[in-house]
Amino acid sequence: MQKIMVCIKRVVDYNVRVRVKPDASGVMLDGVKMSVNPFDEIALEEALRIKERGANIEVVAVSIGVADAQQQLRTALAMGADRAILVQTDAAVEPLTAAHAFLALAKKETPDLIFLGKQAIDDDANQTGQMLAAIWDRPQATYASKVEISAGKANVTREVDAGLETIEVDLPAVITVDLRLNEPRYVKLPDIMKAKKKPLEVTSLDALGVSAGVHLKVLKTEPPAQRQKGVIVKDVPELVAFLKQKGLI
Amino acid sequence: MHKILIVGEHDGKTLNPATAKCVTCATGIADAQISIALFGEDTSAVASQAAALSGVESVLRVDRPENAHPLAAILAPQLVALAADYTHVFGPSTSFGKDLMPRVAGLLGVAQVSDLMAVEGAYRYRRPIYAGNAIVTVESDPSRKLLATVRVASFQAAATGGNASIESKALNVALPTHTRYLGAKSGSTDRPDLQTASRVVSGGRALGSAENFKLLFSLADKLGAAVGASRAAVDAGYAPNEMQVGQTGKIISPEMYMAIGISGAIQHLTGIKDARTIVAINKDGEAPIFEVADVGLVGDLFQIMPELERLIGT
Ligand SMILES: Cc1cc2nc3c(=O)[nH]c(=O)nc-3n(C[C@H](O)[C@H](O)[C@H](O)COP(=O)(O)OP(=O)(O)OC[C@H]3O[C@@H](n4cnc5c(N)ncnc54)[C@H](O)[C@@H]3O)c2cc1C
Ligand SMILES: Nc1ncnc2c1ncn2[C@@H]1O[C@H](COP(=O)(O)O)[C@@H](O)[C@H]1O
Repeated sequence: MQKIMVCIKRVVDYNVRVRVKPDASGVMLDGVKMSVNPFDEIALEEALRIKERGANIEVVAVSIGVADAQQQLRTALAMGADRAILVQTDAAVEPLTAAHAFLALAKKETPDLIFLGKQAIDDDANQTGQMLAAIWDRPQATYASKVEISAGKANVTREVDAGLETIEVDLPAVITVDLRLNEPRYVKLPDIMKAKKKPLEVTSLDALGVSAGVHLKVLKTEPPAQRQKGVIVKDVPELVAFLKQKGLI
Repeated sequence: MHKILIVGEHDGKTLNPATAKCVTCATGIADAQISIALFGEDTSAVASQAAALSGVESVLRVDRPENAHPLAAILAPQLVALAADYTHVFGPSTSFGKDLMPRVAGLLGVAQVSDLMAVEGAYRYRRPIYAGNAIVTVESDPSRKLLATVRVASFQAAATGGNASIESKALNVALPTHTRYLGAKSGSTDRPDLQTASRVVSGGRALGSAENFKLLFSLADKLGAAVGASRAAVDAGYAPNEMQVGQTGKIISPEMYMAIGISGAIQHLTGIKDARTIVAINKDGEAPIFEVADVGLVGDLFQIMPELERLIGT
């Protein structure tokens, strides 16, 4: 194993309560805190742990997005990635487009493994890793909660609806990670300073020969239906009476 | 006419109820002609269950030893071959469908609508983004095949009583050997299935231990309910991962959801928005779970749970 690529998406921080614009044209993003997609932090942490166990593995963090996504790539470099590539674009990038851009990078970089998050918490698509694996014609191991690498193979435990499933895939492979795979490390100040000197290359979709086509047109963005606030009962007998009256028990 | 192919989910014996919900979703499309594809080693039993779903015209069986376990890399090229005759391909937004469908979309070079929650037209749908804090209406190009995962909590299961044709398909598709199934582990119990149960009792971090989760099991048994958990409870090892409810766990729509010692983080609420009645028990009267609960009781769960169990059924 020589190289691991990790996809890092800049998204609205998971603590922010996202609000819809009154004209239904999208969500309000002005002045909102942006972070590395939480799943992608876990993906990077896993790549770093593999690097730290093995010899001479290069970890490359890649992102597609606006110029400011350099901030999230700097975070990735501070965590321990060796270098970073930003595919800079102002366009809204759909998963299929992202997958094609990552494929173009994979062809250049020839990684043994590509780690992605299982989903981006903005579009909640849960597609990019699977699409990338499809067009790269390589195995996919989604929703990983445990990854073991051995000669030319990865043994991956996956979180599925029925419990846990284990599969073996040949490398190179695409792995998308779930929350319980690991706890990402905290970034320390000296690492942030060091990260400033690490290489961060900026390229474009054009340079990679990928067009940012729109396959799904977003017609409007609306707030979800709100649930009515209910009643507060004072004790267990009242709760039981409520449930009985509703026919629930 | 719109020809819709639904990928059936099953374990070789029983058709997963998610499939019947996908059928209901598909019947929302005008002029829909609906087929169900089944991949497995021997799908005879599940094929008759699929054929009985009302609204389904045909069931396509693809039986071969490689399909014994649903590996996306193995199933995707076969589904691509079947999809040639269809305008739409739908799968459930379960771990099975979420793994498989984007791989098929990738092979076909088309976009996918994830978590389709409402049909507004054959090429116009609503789906949630930002953990359900916004709902977008999206439209795709009718000249291209449309792939979607169906948010099963948004649809009722289709009724039975149908009589679809059943056909075995021999597909001449080369399958990759780079992906191998090794095994599975489930904490399966005799309790109702979390995704289809009409009642669910869920516990959070406040339960404090796996031992204390037994109190929850006992209450659930009394109610005939399935058991769920918050991410915090799963992370802490109080409950297995398949019990997690929420954005990254299961999205459910029971008649009754009882949240015990769960604060009500957005990511958790995403999973329970479609519950008919939400019951919250929490010692903090300000906990966000009370904002969405139909009925709430403020107090210590360790006192409330035993009393509740005693009073139920009296
Ligand atoms: C990307 C991402 C995805 C996530 N996905 C999910 C998901 O799918 N599902 C999910 O659940 N979470 C998810 N989370 C985590 C979520 O943000 C919360 O951290 C989690 O839901 C909190 O779990 P909890 O309510 O059990 O714990 P806490 O927030 O710690 O709440 C415990 C509650 O118990 C109450 N309590 C304490 N003691 C008692 C007592 N004796 N009696 C009664 N009440 C008591 C407290 O008042 C408190 O409200 C996700 C987070 C991220 C970042
Ligand atoms: N624009 C992007 N930049 C970097 N990574 C991305 C981008 N889009 C998707 N990804 C990766 O793909 C994963 C799944 O995203 P999605 O399919 O959009 O839910 C994310 O967790 C990222 O790892």
